[in-house]
Amino acid sequence: MKDNRTNDIAPVKSHHYNAGTGIVYIILSIWALTTIYPIFWVVENSFKAKDKILSNSFALPIGELFTLANYKKAFGNLNIFQAYGNSIFISGCVTIGVMLVAGLAAFALVRFSFKGKALIGNLIIAAMMFPVFATIIPVYTMEASWHITNTDNWLLTMLSVILPQIAGNICFAIIVLRSYIQSLPLDLEEAAHLEGCSIPQIFFKIIVPLAKPSLVTVAIFSFLWSYNDLFTQMFFLRRPEMRAITRLLNELTSQEGTNYGLMAAAVTLVIIPVIIVYIFLQKYIIKGMTAGAIKG
Amino acid sequence: MSNIYRKRKYAVIFLIPALLFMTVYLYYPFFVNIVDSFQSIRTLGAGSNNWNDPWYSNYVELIHDEVVWTSLKNTGIMIIATLVGQVGIALLLALMVDNIHKGVQFFRTVYFFPIVISATALGLLFNLVFLYDKGMLNQLLEIFGKTFLTDWKDESHALATMMIPVVWQYVGFYFVIIETGLNNVPDELYESAKIDGATALQRIRYISVPMIHNVMVTCITLGVTGALKVFDLPWTMFPKGMPLDETFLTGTYMYYQTMEAKNVDYGSTLAVLIVVLGVILAQITKRVFKEREDI
Repeated sequence: MKDNRTNDIAPVKSHHYNAGTGIVYIILSIWALTTIYPIFWVVENSFKAKDKILSNSFALPIGELFTLANYKKAFGNLNIFQAYGNSIFISGCVTIGVMLVAGLAAFALVRFSFKGKALIGNLIIAAMMFPVFATIIPVYTMEASWHITNTDNWLLTMLSVILPQIAGNICFAIIVLRSYIQSLPLDLEEAAHLEGCSIPQIFFKIIVPLAKPSLVTVAIFSFLWSYNDLFTQMFFLRRPEMRAITRLLNELTSQEGTNYGLMAAAVTLVIIPVIIVYIFLQKYIIKGMTAGAIKG
Repeated sequence: MSNIYRKRKYAVIFLIPALLFMTVYLYYPFFVNIVDSFQSIRTLGAGSNNWNDPWYSNYVELIHDEVVWTSLKNTGIMIIATLVGQVGIALLLALMVDNIHKGVQFFRTVYFFPIVISATALGLLFNLVFLYDKGMLNQLLEIFGKTFLTDWKDESHALATMMIPVVWQYVGFYFVIIETGLNNVPDELYESAKIDGATALQRIRYISVPMIHNVMVTCITLGVTGALKVFDLPWTMFPKGMPLDETFLTGTYMYYQTMEAKNVDYGSTLAVLIVVLGVILAQITKRVFKEREDI
């Protein structure tokens, strides 16, 4: 990939096509192939029997090769729908929680002046640096003492993941929302105030609609982060019926490690919805995931 | 500030939830974890009031634990792989995309999408790719005439097999950041350089690269801190440091000690090590790669 040809780039901003441009397109396409092909490969093999995956993995699953057995097994043996339900519930609550908690805090930090405002700002930035490894054990101990983790109660168990995940996302969310709210003009808020709106009304009726682009960014970031976060789920979702989707996949490796067809089917079931959502929302998702790194 | 916002009552009410979350779930556990590392805890979830004897014994163990050194070494390699692989490949791809007109959006979309897929699913996928008997790679090599199978997960290949997917997954992330940075470079700069007779290479060397200096600093900082957080993919592909504790990273080793070896207080100690490592590396990165104010 990184040979010297990459330097012989076509004339900058040129509108002519020449050999250099051709090579650039070839190299770019090769990298594109490395991202697309593995996904395509796992999908096509999810429709084949195990021995065919091991002997004939590049052929399309047409005719004799085609089978739905892996999917029958996946739906029969694994609680995929339940895991999906758990995942979406957890990530949905985390997203709403982060938007609300961080939105209110960012609003207060921008519009009000009070003692200790700078200190709170610094505490937020410092907290963003805490790796999850450094807080997880005491958080588990704390939640165990509240009896919300490792219990039979579904809702409480879900809560035991939702709360630390909200905490893990709010600092970043406050920073993103704060810089956006700072750029909003005061006029509308003043007009609303004159018409008798209370401060909570100003927040929900003026700030929230105006800050929608940055709230979408925060929502996407929090949702995907929570949905994909295996580490927290490994600690708190230990009972089979409580598993979320990444936890279920992880369990699959140890239990059905050699059932390659089932693994391919499970991977396909997990990534296809995400890819569909990504295709429709890619602009927002790319923006949401790189927010903070890109200014403006 | 406008006189609407004189009533500080609301500032307090609005800040309380966030401050509660931060205190209860971030600051309090962070300090408790440091205390835990000096105590004796055998069961996760059980508190402890027994101090270790001597109280710093976990830290003595840390220094004498060979696996700690392996995991530090691997994490170091991971950081280098991140910088060279992720940021480096991303820079090359971004410079190339900056020079084409058609398909820019396509490459953005395609390069970025591995990031939205859970690393756990990708771990399973790459398990199938690197399967010894016979995954995608071994089948592919067979087509090209290779007559024996390679065990991609044995001691001599394990580290590379673990790091390639991690690097691969995040190239698109840095690609988008760098590409956006390149887009913000004014076209006039290139135009005038072209008139002055600068070659494509010179324009990249003297315009593109200096103009995205701060973007690159951001990428390097994110890459270093990100490398310390890697967990899902290595743990899915190489659980418990297999083979023979060779593939542990600081994060996966911390999880292993806490959850598998039931050595909870030692897990806390490793978490403290991760924090210290993070602070040191952040300082080094800040010193070595300074942001520039003039652009």
